[in-house]
Amino acid sequence: MSFPWAKNYEPQLPLMKWLDEKLPLPRLVYNAVGAGYPVPRNLNYFWNFGVLAGAALAIQIITGIVLAMHYAANAGVAFNSVEHIMRDVNAGWFIRYAHMNGASMFFIVVYLHIFRGLFYGSYKAPREMVWLLGVVIFLLMMATAFMGYVLPWGQMSFWGAQVITGFFSAIPLVGEPVREWLLGGFVPDNATLNRFFSLHYLLPFVIAGVIILHIWALHIPGSSNPTGIEVKDEQDTVPFHPYYTAKDGFGLGIFLIIFALLTFFSPNTLGHADNYIPANSLSTPAHIVPEWYFLPFYAILKAFTFNFLWIDAKLWGVIAMFASIAVLFFLPWLDSSPVKSSTYRPLYRIFFWILVVDVLLLGYCGMQPAEQPYVILSQLGAIYYFAHFLVILPIVSRIERPLPMPNSITEAVLAKHADKTSDATA
Amino acid sequence: MVRPLGFLVGLGFITALVLAILTTPLSNEENVAHSFHEHPKHLKLASDGLLPHWDKQQLQRGMQVYKEVCSACHGLHLVAFRDIEALGYTPGQVKTFAKGFQVPSINPDTGEPATRDGLPSDYFPSPYANETAARAANNNALPPDLSLITKAREGGKDYVYSLLTGFQNPPANLPAELKPGTGLHYNPYFANLNLAMAPPLAPNQVTYADGTKATVDQMSKDVTAFLVWTAEPKLVKRVQVGWAVVIFLSIFSILAYLSYRNIWADKKH
Amino acid sequence: MASETEAAAVIDDGVRRRDFINIAAVSFAGVGAAAVVLPLVNQMNPSADVLALSTTEIDISAIQPGQAIKTSWRKQPVFVRNLVAKEIAEAKAVPLGDLRDPETIDQRTKPGKENWLITLGVCTHLGCVPLGAAEGENRGDFGGYFCPCHGSHYDTAARIRKGPAPKNLVVPPYEFTSDTVVTIG
Repeated sequence: MSFPWAKNYEPQLPLMKWLDEKLPLPRLVYNAVGAGYPVPRNLNYFWNFGVLAGAALAIQIITGIVLAMHYAANAGVAFNSVEHIMRDVNAGWFIRYAHMNGASMFFIVVYLHIFRGLFYGSYKAPREMVWLLGVVIFLLMMATAFMGYVLPWGQMSFWGAQVITGFFSAIPLVGEPVREWLLGGFVPDNATLNRFFSLHYLLPFVIAGVIILHIWALHIPGSSNPTGIEVKDEQDTVPFHPYYTAKDGFGLGIFLIIFALLTFFSPNTLGHADNYIPANSLSTPAHIVPEWYFLPFYAILKAFTFNFLWIDAKLWGVIAMFASIAVLFFLPWLDSSPVKSSTYRPLYRIFFWILVVDVLLLGYCGMQPAEQPYVILSQLGAIYYFAHFLVILPIVSRIERPLPMPNSITEAVLAKHADKTSDATA
Repeated sequence: MVRPLGFLVGLGFITALVLAILTTPLSNEENVAHSFHEHPKHLKLASDGLLPHWDKQQLQRGMQVYKEVCSACHGLHLVAFRDIEALGYTPGQVKTFAKGFQVPSINPDTGEPATRDGLPSDYFPSPYANETAARAANNNALPPDLSLITKAREGGKDYVYSLLTGFQNPPANLPAELKPGTGLHYNPYFANLNLAMAPPLAPNQVTYADGTKATVDQMSKDVTAFLVWTAEPKLVKRVQVGWAVVIFLSIFSILAYLSYRNIWADKKH
Repeated sequence: MASETEAAAVIDDGVRRRDFINIAAVSFAGVGAAAVVLPLVNQMNPSADVLALSTTEIDISAIQPGQAIKTSWRKQPVFVRNLVAKEIAEAKAVPLGDLRDPETIDQRTKPGKENWLITLGVCTHLGCVPLGAAEGENRGDFGGYFCPCHGSHYDTAARIRKGPAPKNLVVPPYEFTSDTVVTIG
């Protein structure tokens, strides 16, 4: 499964030799993220985000387990138990704010990881399975984050649960029963809170499991790289350890600095004031919006305002919102260009950047009230989103003429350095 | 197969969206209240910024305003008497302060509801037995608990301070439907302009022990500062720890960067 | 020749400095990880609201001689017994050498208040609540407290006399704030 020149694990200590015979766990780690995994030598900083996403998950799991020692999943006391953590539990404020902002950091890192994949064609053969598992992780993250946001049982928690479970009521015939089944009642209440807590605790471990599959699937073809040219021989690669562990260590430092700035200096900036008001089923906050990482999808949901064919606007919105994620599952087959990296795809590159702007625009519109010009902007944004994946990409991948490509990773690296030297001499 | 089907699906969504665009009016309904609404004034406090500290004198004054004015209608149920040691009181003073409050209890002989003197471990008692009682006493408006108020409102402390100092006569050009009805009071900082709370503060309503002149503005500032503390008693500590963490991480990142460059020194990439 | 050795020295030195940077980075990461473990461990200690309950005031004016009450301190049962002269005399009559955990009744009460025996109602064997504080309960072979879980008998000064418990019932820290009020903790 790996390159023939991959280093072999050779335990030195007698204890490690013994362990290697009985349970070759160190060998597994060595081959997965150690010196036994050859990685293209030309990865740029965008390749840091996979490891950082793993670190973010670990932080969430650790802080989450600790919070669960103090949190009470009961609608009567949940809100106060969070405040108890913030005020009375030793270092509770730190752990809670770290968990709260850790969710945002996790999404920031994962979004960069996804867009890295889109730019460099990491979803293409032979790495389709890596991509598919990644989309599964993304979906699981969204479910986990949503349920976690309900737990403090503030106004946004409650109304978020109300609105999101309301999506299911758009399903014809079975919608209402399904929603009541999800909630265990007619509005979010104690039953809802308890099941969300249970699932919120469970899903991160499922995510960790799928991440193992994600890495496993990655190790079969090996990591992709900025040129999109597959590894040809040993000089194209370096061992993961120490080369990329060192680079990831630096990346982790920067990640933690940004994380600490959020957690310690501005912990509530990405949250909503209304979530410091206890849940009240009789009064809706004036302006309800989801957490920032859901905003582009929320904008797509709100963009559909017209009953078209036999489907009403509400159902269109819900279908489109799910479709906007589901479309990612088909991406490896929608884009048929054999060239992976956008560096050599002049036409695709333009549309890629339009997509980035489009998603940011959708995110901005998702935050705004249902007023003009935000409605029309989100409608235009949603049109481009679907057009990009379902119309433009298949066409571009046919008509585009890729730029000349180097023969190997090493050639690309040497050419880059030759450029630098000639620039310097000129 | 994927591409033609995807094309059709995409066309479906795009058609639905184009029709949605064509049928959505481009102009907004006018919101008159909006034009009378004002943005909160900025309030500068010692607990702001990157080097915050608690102005204990001010917090003590603020607590006095809360106790003598606000507590008639507003609870503070997340704050315990023991917490106010952080405002510079000794344990003895805290005990005396707590004793000044009656907290719900039961009669140990009969089990009937009763009250007893407060202890440091007790929380500020709520002025009303329950929400229904609170609404009944306030013309159906519910005075919110103030423990988290500066975190629970858009605009935070600025909003609270502006609201307290923002009561005024309605402007002459205010449309009739926005004029305050009976029991309501005009305040341009409040979302719908008309607030059930009457102006709570009047000059010299409290007598400050430290001789500070009790103007409405001063009392508003003080009580807002106090409510910033009640909303997040760990704020100052949080920022102090933050500095240590960020400095540590910066040094680590520099070392990690040097280590990274050093390991890659002989590899072109 | 000279320049060659010099070059070698520079390389040597360079290698050492390089290793130093790697080691420094890894050590820093280790220190950071250890610093993060502290709050994650400390959070399991009693929180501020729990610690705030660590003093309890008890009004003892209603306890008649020969009676006891059961109250609580830090959510643990506390026995307050108003000993009669006979019980005090019985306790004093026991030679210290016969005791498993030798303590005199004077050591277990406050001077001048030796009729007030205040102990935790937690058996020192495995933490059950002994009987004997309430009227009509079994007070064991020595007229004090009796733990029904594994049969430990305590005497009138709540000292262990028979059964598996290793120590006397614990006397919590307390003081008389007035003649009728005791503050425990």
